[in-house]
Amino acid sequence: MGKPIKIRAKLKGDVAEVKVLMPHDMESGFRRNPETNELVPAHYITDVVAEINGEVVLTAYWGSAVSKNPYVAFSISGAASGDTIKMHWADNKGDTSEIETTLK
Amino acid sequence: MKFDRRLLLGRALAIGASIALPGILFAARPDKAFAATEAENVIAELFGETPVASDRVSMKIPEIAENGAVVPVTISTDLEDVESVSVVVVNNPTPLAASFEFAPRTVPKISVRIKMGETSVVQGVVKAGGKLYSVEKEVKVTIGGCGG
Repeated sequence: MGKPIKIRAKLKGDVAEVKVLMPHDMESGFRRNPETNELVPAHYITDVVAEINGEVVLTAYWGSAVSKNPYVAFSISGAASGDTIKMHWADNKGDTSEIETTLK
Repeated sequence: MKFDRRLLLGRALAIGASIALPGILFAARPDKAFAATEAENVIAELFGETPVASDRVSMKIPEIAENGAVVPVTISTDLEDVESVSVVVVNNPTPLAASFEFAPRTVPKISVRIKMGETSVVQGVVKAGGKLYSVEKEVKVTIGGCGG
């Protein structure tokens, strides 16, 4: 659903630097529709998991205050060319998305 | 609701997500902490103790955020055995913005972009070696980013 996650993973020595952009409206539930004046229901990513070769290395729990189209950057040590990095997210409505990339 | 989310996660993600790492701090989303409306209650719900201000935790965040809807923040530390990093925007309606759990091989540095409703102190709380450390900075916000 929606636009795919964009991921960029770069190997510097044995450290994989990972930058991820996750298209998502990240509605906080505090915003009002300017036309109807009704509150736009909360709809935001609540859980994010990063894995390298199937090993979970980062788990993120987010509230409604993470910006729209979330960007996150982190690094994993002990990485090598050919390693697979996978990102998944789930939001408060049960929507999910994931992407995988291979380190060059 | 917590159970439902775990069920959904279990279906959507690799099963190992919440049981893969021994000693991981949260193991499940700290929903009560996310619902807390005061920063002290966020910390109490997350950790049950108060962090100690430490110059070994760094926070890079603008002094003035023109657009409160997108405030980039990077928290890093040279402390060892980092278990988690949490971002708290004291004056937001629900101050806990994000919590990150780290595996031993994950470099203890994280960048994310957050929404700030108004000028506020932003706290970075690190749990390392079973202890809590923090850094905080005040960010002036020109146009609030929570309600549009």
